Amino acid sequence: MEFFTQQLVNGITLGSLYALLAIGYSMVYGVIGLLNFAQGEVYMIGAFIGLFVLQWLGGPGGLSVPVVLALVLMFAAAALGSGVLGVLIERVAFRPLRDSSRMAPLITALGVSIFLQNSVLLLLGPDIRNYESASYIPVTSGIHAGPLRISLVRILVIVTAVALMILLTLFVKRTNLGRAMRSVSHDREAAAMMGVDIDRTIMSAFFIGSLLAGVAGVMAGLVFGRVFQLMGFVAGLKAFTGAVIGGIGSIPGAMLGGMLVGLAESFTSAYISSTFQNVIVFCVLIVFMLLRPRGLFGKPEIGKV
Amino acid sequence: MSIGVDQWVETADSRRVEPDGWWGRGSNWWGSIPPWGRLGIVLGLAVFVPLFASDFVVRVGVNALLLALLAVGLNVSVGWAGLLDLGFIAFYGFGAYAFAILSSDQLGIDLPTLVAVPLVVVATGLLGVLLGLPSRRLSGDYLAIVTLFFSQIFLELALNVDRLGVDLTGGPNGIAGVTPFHLFGMRFSSPASYFYLFLTVLTLVVIALYFLERSRTGRAWQAIHDDALAAEIMTVPINRLKLVAFASGAAIAGLAGSMFASFQLGVYPLNFQVQFLIVVYAALILGGSGSLSGAVLGGVVVAVMLDLLRDPGQASAAFYGVIAVTLIAKIRPWKRLGAIVGGAVVLGSVVNAIATSLWPGAFEGDAVSTGPLASFLDSWIVVPTDPVTPGNWAYCALVACVLALPLVHGWKRDALVVPTLYLAAFVWETRLVGEPSITRQLLLGALLVVMMLGRPQGLIGKARVERV
Repeated sequence: MEFFTQQLVNGITLGSLYALLAIGYSMVYGVIGLLNFAQGEVYMIGAFIGLFVLQWLGGPGGLSVPVVLALVLMFAAAALGSGVLGVLIERVAFRPLRDSSRMAPLITALGVSIFLQNSVLLLLGPDIRNYESASYIPVTSGIHAGPLRISLVRILVIVTAVALMILLTLFVKRTNLGRAMRSVSHDREAAAMMGVDIDRTIMSAFFIGSLLAGVAGVMAGLVFGRVFQLMGFVAGLKAFTGAVIGGIGSIPGAMLGGMLVGLAESFTSAYISSTFQNVIVFCVLIVFMLLRPRGLFGKPEIGKV
Repeated sequence: MSIGVDQWVETADSRRVEPDGWWGRGSNWWGSIPPWGRLGIVLGLAVFVPLFASDFVVRVGVNALLLALLAVGLNVSVGWAGLLDLGFIAFYGFGAYAFAILSSDQLGIDLPTLVAVPLVVVATGLLGVLLGLPSRRLSGDYLAIVTLFFSQIFLELALNVDRLGVDLTGGPNGIAGVTPFHLFGMRFSSPASYFYLFLTVLTLVVIALYFLERSRTGRAWQAIHDDALAAEIMTVPINRLKLVAFASGAAIAGLAGSMFASFQLGVYPLNFQVQFLIVVYAALILGGSGSLSGAVLGGVVVAVMLDLLRDPGQASAAFYGVIAVTLIAKIRPWKRLGAIVGGAVVLGSVVNAIATSLWPGAFEGDAVSTGPLASFLDSWIVVPTDPVTPGNWAYCALVACVLALPLVHGWKRDALVVPTLYLAAFVWETRLVGEPSITRQLLLGALLVVMMLGRPQGLIGKARVERV
């Protein structure tokens, strides 16, 4: 039983990361109908920004400020930096190609993603860096209730993710910008005719999506420790699938889908095979995408001519 | 005007905007030669390469032909049918591994080449049909992701299958000791023999595809690529044709894979990572997706470029050469070009003078480049004794400058080109030249972005711009 709850907690933690990343995919897909291949790289760079702030504040061993403040600064810097990076990616890879064929922006995004990966490799080298969160967030504290054991780091990650998701839902439902995003994703031309600033709306979708990816990057650093330039690739793949499972373009769908992928991965590696974990998860995802490509919450796609 | 032909369609060629400039004139002249003549000229030049060149150059040639073959295969699904197939590398890897297993000591099977290769090609084609099945239901991004999953699954299987009891793939160590090709009593061992083998196969494949492109199937692919819905309404069986495109591309990849395994005398998981997929895509995009000769040209150019980067001296010559050609081609009139180059030289000399007088001893490093450029570079660029940190900052500044270039116009852009040039040279000498593998990937990524933004039709493709 304890093993099972442990895997459940692992899965939910992992799922929170994937869910935040998946929201970014889903939001961007919602407003421009395209997949941002570079989302995984934004996540990786977010993790590095968090690490730099950590080192700037004195490093894992000797923080010069209270831990809570350090964490807030790490998250804020990563969120802001990633958001700006996302806006840049939109400017470089997506905006100039908005009216060209669907394949063109995918290829530029692929190029941007390779470029970012190797820039980080050039600037920081191939070493795997570590957040060493155990030295400032005590491992022993947290919730211990019967078979349920959740460490403080995981509580922090899950609570932050849930809080962000609630904020985001409110933002999309209540604010003008959120309404603009929904209208652009519904029908871009009609929205433009109603006076919605399309460029600004698309830019903010990229900003918010990348901001969430950056936060997810810091969370990954805190939970798993390891930060390296290739961490974004597989995480991005899985998160995208989460977005598809939930129904791409739907934000609650992305949250649920990301969570499901996290749980699936955690239970596969615990109960079936950790060597073939990725293979099995990918196969399940392929089958799901084939059987129900519109996802759990997605609307059936009606081709308009 | 003939009966039964739409006038708009019939006169389409006269409305097409012709490419101008020396490049346009050159490609028009090249296009006016009949296809057999073009093939003859290229082949006539290529067959002499192994006679005069060193073994190293011939090896580069084999790599170039291999990449050209792969780009041609990728062109079938991506360029013609318009299916973004990111699983292509898995077909290539599957072909290579299948050939290696069938003709090495791995399982004790050692089939003759003439049996093994057709088996591998057919098996890879069938795998293409199997993996192409999702294309019936998925399109665009979904298809890209699902096929990317296939690449990952293939790689993980190749790395881990040895733990399942049967050592099929050799795990991380791969399979060494693959038997080289035996054909008609000939044993392929020297790079030159492989050069001719690759050249023959590439020629045959290109000729076959040339006819395929003009056949009913090829025209139907074009229709799917341009507008799948319209094609379907015109009764084109799009699902079957997509599968055929996947399978043909896969079969070519499988053929290339088996030849690669035999040339390398082994297969290793590292050969089939996503990085190499990017190389093939870069080749296709550079040459011009959808054009056969473009795919061949792109493959050769990218392969030669990547091999040049291995040697610092050649890499620098290529780097400064490409910059010079770009400047000459893009900046008109000559006065403007002169002002920019002059500005860059003056900027460099001033920076050099100030830096060496302010911090004597801090700039003891030498420019890595050698040859006639070296003495000029040494007095132009300041190379710090510890190049890594300043090089990294300069790299960030360079990226910022390049991103800012399209945002400013007129004399401001010219003024920005000057520091950009200097930064590019500085970053090259301090960082890039010492990290060839990273530089390759950086350049490929940048190439994909720049080509798609600036010249999506590729080097020799024609832009489909019409005057209305």
